[in-house]
Amino acid sequence: MEEEHGHGNKYGMVIDLDKCTGCGTCMVACAAENNLSVRPDESDKQHSITWMSLYKISNGKKFPDTEYSYFPRPCMHCNHHTPCVSVCPATATKIDFNTGIVSQIYARCIGCRYCMAACPYHARSFNWWDGYFPKGKGLERYLSPEVSPRMRGVVEKCSFCHHRLMRAKTKAYTENRRELEENEYITACAEACPVQAITFGDLNNPEHKVSKLAKSPYAFRLLERLGTEPKVYYLSTKDWVRKFADNYLPGEFKPVTSPKG
Amino acid sequence: MGLMHMKNPANSRKKPSKGGLFFFLAGLIPSLIIGWVIYPMVLYSKQAQPINFSHSIHMNPEIVDGIEGDTEIEKCLYCHEFREDGTFAGIPKLAKCTECHDDPDSALGESEEEKKFLSKYVANEKEIPWYSYYRQPDCVYFSHIAHVKMGEINCKTCHGDHGKTDKLPVYQANRLTGYSINIWGRNIAGYKTNTWDRMKMDDCAECHTLKEKEGNNACFVCHK
Ligand code: HEC
Ligand code: HEC
Ligand code: HEC
Ligand code: HEC
Ligand code: HEC
Repeated sequence: MEEEHGHGNKYGMVIDLDKCTGCGTCMVACAAENNLSVRPDESDKQHSITWMSLYKISNGKKFPDTEYSYFPRPCMHCNHHTPCVSVCPATATKIDFNTGIVSQIYARCIGCRYCMAACPYHARSFNWWDGYFPKGKGLERYLSPEVSPRMRGVVEKCSFCHHRLMRAKTKAYTENRRELEENEYITACAEACPVQAITFGDLNNPEHKVSKLAKSPYAFRLLERLGTEPKVYYLSTKDWVRKFADNYLPGEFKPVTSPKG
Repeated sequence: MGLMHMKNPANSRKKPSKGGLFFFLAGLIPSLIIGWVIYPMVLYSKQAQPINFSHSIHMNPEIVDGIEGDTEIEKCLYCHEFREDGTFAGIPKLAKCTECHDDPDSALGESEEEKKFLSKYVANEKEIPWYSYYRQPDCVYFSHIAHVKMGEINCKTCHGDHGKTDKLPVYQANRLTGYSINIWGRNIAGYKTNTWDRMKMDDCAECHTLKEKEGNNACFVCHK
C-alpha cells in the first residue's frame, strides 16, 4: 500500500464538464462494454447497477441565472490509501502500481460490502441478484467474452475497461512492441462520448494529453482533501461547479475564474 | 506441592486392547480408500472426444504434406494461429481441416477415423464439438502471444507432449466446478513433476516470478 508510482503507467481520465451535455452515452457505452446486467424494472434506480453514473447539479439560482452541469462519475481509481483496497478482508480488490488500475475479482469477493461503505465516491454496486439478460431480446448476444459476468452476492465497479488494455497489448505484441501509443488504450466511455469530453491516457507520460489537461488551473478532483488522489480529474471554468467537488466551509473555497466569487 | 502426590494418570490407565487397534484401522483404511481412490474417481466425469485427432500423423511431413513452417512451433501455429489482432484462434475450425479434407467422398488415408470425420462433419459442414483440455475458468485471461512470441516459451512447457500424441485422452471434467482435470492436475496429492502437470493460479504465478515478471502477478493481469 505504501508503494508509490515510480515508473510504469498510471492510467487516468480527465472529464471536461464544460463540454459534457449530460447525454448519457458514456453510461450506455459502459454498460454494453462491461456486460452490465439489467433489472426487470430498470427505472428502479435503487437496485439497478451502473459503473458510470451521471449526476446533475444546479447553481440553484432563479431564471435567468439558472445553470446546470453534469458529473459523469466512474471509479476514481484512487492512487493513495485506496479506501476500498485497505478495507477488503478478502483481497478481492487491489491496486496495481504498474497500471494504476484498481481491480475487482468477483470470484474472490465475499459480498461483505465493506468496500462500498469505505468508498467516498459511491462508485461500487452490489449484486442482489444474478445477472439478468432477458432471453430472446438479443441482450445475451451482446455479452462480451472479455469481461466476466457477475454473480449474486458480489460487488462490482468500473475497471477503466482493463480488458481494453490487454487487447491493446496483445495487438502491440504482433508488431513486437511493448509500449502503447497514446490512443491505443482508451475506455469505452471516452471512445463513445460524442463531444469528446472524456480524455484518457497515461498520467505518468508528460506527452499524453491527460497529463497536460490534469495540470490545467481549471482541473480538480472530487473530495480532493481526503488525500485519496483520484486518477479521474474534472475540468470546469465555472467556480460554482468546482465548489460542488468538496464540502467547503465558508471562506475556504478559492475561486479561479472570478476571484470575487 | 499437591501435584507431587498426585498419581500419574498414565500409570493407572489400562493397556489399550488389540481390539481398539483393529477398529481404528477398520475405520481408517476404508476412509483413506474412499478419500484417495474412490472420491477422485467419482469427482471427475469422463467424456470421449467426438473423433480421434492424431497430432503425430499431421505433424509428420512424410504422411501429411502441407503443414507449412520451418520450425516445429511454426507448424503448430499453422493450425493454432494468431489472428491479425494478436488473439489466439485456439483449436482450429473446420475450415482449416477442409483445406486438405475438402472432399467428403474421397478420403486422404485409409483409416476409419477419417471416414467418420468426413461423413459426420465435412459432409454436413458441421463444426467438431471438441472438449478443450486446457480451457481455464471464464474469469481467467490468458494471452498466447505474450508467452509464445514475447516470452519465447515453448508449447511443451505448458502443454507437454499433446502436440505429438496419436490418441486423444478421455476428457475429464470436475463435477463440482466443471473445470478440466488438466487445470488442477491428475495427482491428487498435489505433486508436480513437470511444468505442464497442472496450471492452477499458483503455477502461473510461479513461472512469472521465476522469469522475473512479478509485475504480471497482479490480479488484473490474469483475471478479467
Ligand atoms: C492439422 C492441424 C493441427 C496442427 C498442425 C497442430 N494441431 Fe494441435 N490441435 C488440433 C486439433 C484439431 C485439436 C483438437 C483435438 C485435440 O485436443 O487434440 C488440437 C488440440 C491441441 C491442444 C489441446 C487444446 C485443448 O485445450 O484441448 C494442444 C495443447 C495442441 N493442439 C498443441 C499443438 C502443438 C504443440 C502443435 C505443434 C507441435 C499442434 N498442436 C499442431 C489441430 C492441430
Ligand atoms: C495439410 C493437410 C491437412 C490438414 C490441414 C488436415 N489434415 Fe487430416 N489428414 C491429412 C492427410 C494427408 C491424412 C491421411 C494420413 C494417412 O495417410 O492416413 C489425414 C488424416 C486425418 C485423419 C485420420 C487419421 C488417423 O487416425 O489415421 C483424421 C481424423 C484427420 N485427418 C482429421 C483432421 C482434422 C480434424 C483436421 C482439421 C483440424 C485436419 N485433419 C487437417 C491432411 C490434412
Ligand atoms: C505459458 C503457458 C502456455 C504456452 C507456452 C502455450 N499455451 Fe496453449 N494454453 C495455455 C493456457 C493457460 C490455455 C487456456 C487458455 C484459456 O482458457 O483462455 C491454453 C489453451 C490452448 C489451446 C486451447 C484453446 C481453446 O480455445 O480451446 C490450444 C489449442 C493451445 N493452447 C495450443 C498451444 C500451442 C500450439 C502453443 C505453442 C505455440 C501453446 N498453446 C503455448 C497455456 C500455454
Ligand atoms: C512457463 C512460464 C509461464 C507460465 C506457466 C505462465 N506464464 Fe504468463 N507470462 C510468462 C512470461 C515470461 C510473460 C511475459 C512475456 C513478455 O512480455 O516477455 C508472461 C506474461 C503473461 C501475460 C501478459 C501480460 C501483459 O502485460 O501482456 C498474461 C496475461 C499472463 N502471463 C497470464 C498467465 C496465466 C493466466 C497463466 C496460467 C494459466 C500464465 N501466465 C502462466 C511466463 C509464464
Ligand atoms: C498469474 C496469473 C494469476 C494471477 C496474478 C491471479 N490469478 Fe487468480 N486464477 C488464475 C488462474 C489460472 C485461475 C484458475 C485456476 C485455479 O483455480 O487455480 C485462477 C483462479 C482464481 C480464483 C478461483 C476462481 C474460480 O472460479 O475457480 C479466484 C477467486 C482468484 N483466482 C482470485 C485472484 C485474486 C484475488 C488475485 C489477485 C490477488 C488473483 N487471482 C491473481 C490466475 C491468476
